[in-house]
Amino acid sequence: MDFLNAIVALSNFVLVPAIAYGSQLALGALGVTLIYGILRFSNFAHGDTMAFGTMSVILVTWWFQSMGISLGPLPTALLAIPFGIAATAALVLITDRTVYRFYRAQKAKPVVFVIVSIGVMFIYNGLTRFVLGADDQFFADGERFIINAREFKESTGLAEGLAIKTTQGITVVTAIIVVALLFWFLNKTRTGKSMRAYSDNEDLALLSGINPERVVQVTWLIVAALITVAGVLYGLDKSYKPFTYFQLLLPIFASAIVGGLGSPLGAIAGGFVIAFSEVAVTYAWKKVLGYALPEALAPDSLLQLMATEYKFAVSFVILVVVLLFKPTGLFKGKSV
Amino acid sequence: MKPTVRTFILFGLVALLIVGTGILQGWDLALVILNMGLVSAIMSLGVNLQWGIAGLFNVGVMGFVALGGLAVVLTSVAPVPDAWSAGGLRAIGALVLGAAVMTATVLAWKRTRNKWLVIAILIVGFVLYRMVRDPAVDAIEAVDPAGTGFLGGLGLPVVFSWFVGGLLAAGAAWIIGKTALGLRSDYLAIATLGISEIIIAILKNEEWLSRGVKNVNGLPRPVPREIDLQTDPGFIEKAASFGLDPVSASTLYVKISYGLMFAAVLIVLLVLAQLALNSPWGRMMRAIRDNEVSARAMGKDVTFRHLQVFVLGSAICGIAGAMMTTLDGLLIPTSYQPLRYTFLIWVMVIVGGSGNNLGAVLGGFLIWFLWVQVEVLGPSFMTALTQPLPDGSFLKEHLRDSVQHMRLLTMGVILLVVLRFSPRGLLPER
Repeated sequence: MDFLNAIVALSNFVLVPAIAYGSQLALGALGVTLIYGILRFSNFAHGDTMAFGTMSVILVTWWFQSMGISLGPLPTALLAIPFGIAATAALVLITDRTVYRFYRAQKAKPVVFVIVSIGVMFIYNGLTRFVLGADDQFFADGERFIINAREFKESTGLAEGLAIKTTQGITVVTAIIVVALLFWFLNKTRTGKSMRAYSDNEDLALLSGINPERVVQVTWLIVAALITVAGVLYGLDKSYKPFTYFQLLLPIFASAIVGGLGSPLGAIAGGFVIAFSEVAVTYAWKKVLGYALPEALAPDSLLQLMATEYKFAVSFVILVVVLLFKPTGLFKGKSV
Repeated sequence: MKPTVRTFILFGLVALLIVGTGILQGWDLALVILNMGLVSAIMSLGVNLQWGIAGLFNVGVMGFVALGGLAVVLTSVAPVPDAWSAGGLRAIGALVLGAAVMTATVLAWKRTRNKWLVIAILIVGFVLYRMVRDPAVDAIEAVDPAGTGFLGGLGLPVVFSWFVGGLLAAGAAWIIGKTALGLRSDYLAIATLGISEIIIAILKNEEWLSRGVKNVNGLPRPVPREIDLQTDPGFIEKAASFGLDPVSASTLYVKISYGLMFAAVLIVLLVLAQLALNSPWGRMMRAIRDNEVSARAMGKDVTFRHLQVFVLGSAICGIAGAMMTTLDGLLIPTSYQPLRYTFLIWVMVIVGGSGNNLGAVLGGFLIWFLWVQVEVLGPSFMTALTQPLPDGSFLKEHLRDSVQHMRLLTMGVILLVVLRFSPRGLLPER
């Protein structure tokens, strides 16, 4: 029995990765939830917008690296994020102008928007693969670890090491900054308030002279920023691959729906619920329990509830359970 | 233009495209397009039944197609006796146990509404299930892992697997429908997207069932092999009488045989779908689609009808999936990609005309034709386009190398253009 080691192992393999992953999902889900709140449809192109934003950042990062610009211990990609956001914002605004605005003017049904977003998804997907290909890309540089497993072991004398990657630290810090900025914007600024008003009651907002097109444009800008940051953080933490980003659609949507579509707070909570469940269900608990339980009870098998490939099942099951028993999500979302 | 005239012209155009491919690019390619076009048409018929006629937003088509593929393996591959004796019955027992646990959970919830009881049943059931399953699976996968490592199938004729594919997909659709069909349209979409990813994960991961990422090669075929035909003196003689050499004659013969079988299935399904569409049942489904509340007020059991049409449409996708795997002759779980097997089918339905069975079939052929041709003609198009660029320049190389990604772009543009300028598709619903 060795509680300290158990706690360290738990942090190392479950808590730290889940917190980082949860932050990434939360940022993604915030984008989904904003689009749902303001534009009132589920954007299937979200994952591919994320891939596009990350791709732009990767390209700028490579350019910086070739010029010898770096942030020292931090990844150069952080410096490139504003450029990526600008590129993504341009893309989504052009898309909105050429594609979505037409259907908005027609007051098309939400499901029409969803199908349109499938078309947009194809285009973004093709665009991303066309520019950077479909393969894995690594673009992280700088210091790899904040806390190194070996040094941690040496300094504490424990058998288990704790490693925190720089990317994980950056993810959490960036996510906190971005979320704080977002909530400040939504709650304190005039534009943010008009966005919330538009989301709550469209007709009333129009009556009070809020310009809907402007609200929509600002929404797209914010979504572009959120999704690019989320994509870059995920790419730094794991790796960039267009198909993986497409597949993130499911956990991101699950996060947004679990939290309650249209509720920013819910999106954050949902992101962490999904991330923690996913990591907990697919992690082999043998090591942690081996420390935590008395020797006689120590497990023989891996104690992995599900193979890693079944992580989608986790998002899905949580999604369905929430929808069946609490249809508006944990934080009262809306339903169109 | 009258709808029937329009239908004839558009179908004639597709026929012309395929024949033109045969004349300009060789009959082999034309038959490849035709055969997969037939399969695609069946898939889009299934999606059209769900979306076009009943308004159900199913983006889990890939999952049902993959289940059809699994059906081919489970039905037609010869059984592996060693694996069966190692743990076959136990593995089946584990599946039955798992199903029993789920049934018990649902029943317990319905009877008692006690969440602690339900959670307890789930946990105990899961532990029991793993205790029965894990040793069996390990034993099965240990039997000659390089050669088999799975249970194999029943060794039945491969055509029979098309029915099994339909049944398997229908069974899965029933379970999914029971849980997810009450959801709003875009929730249902996310749920079905999730289900299809889970089905693919099962196919990749459950090696004892499908060999997982090791793939199943050399599936039995309903038509003779090319090699056998090439050594058959009778066939060589026949080929010579048509002025063909045995090699190309044998490939054409095999492809045409597949094409005829697939066409038969498509015609049967199309006739059934048309009869259903124009029957009182079809009118009721459209009434439910157009106004659920008033249909309910008229005493229609909307939930049951949704479940019914969801199961039927998915079964059709399962049949098509089994046919496709039969045509390929191998099952590769990693090859199932949602863009190709879910969303492309959606493009077919929308472009063809949702709500119109003939439109869905037309869309299946047309979009499949374009999907193949963008890949085939894309490189030469790109070569021409990049001609003015200096040789060896980075941009020129890059553009020419990434031309294969053009098809996704093209499909997106086609979908958006059709949605914008002809939102009801090429052959609109009457």
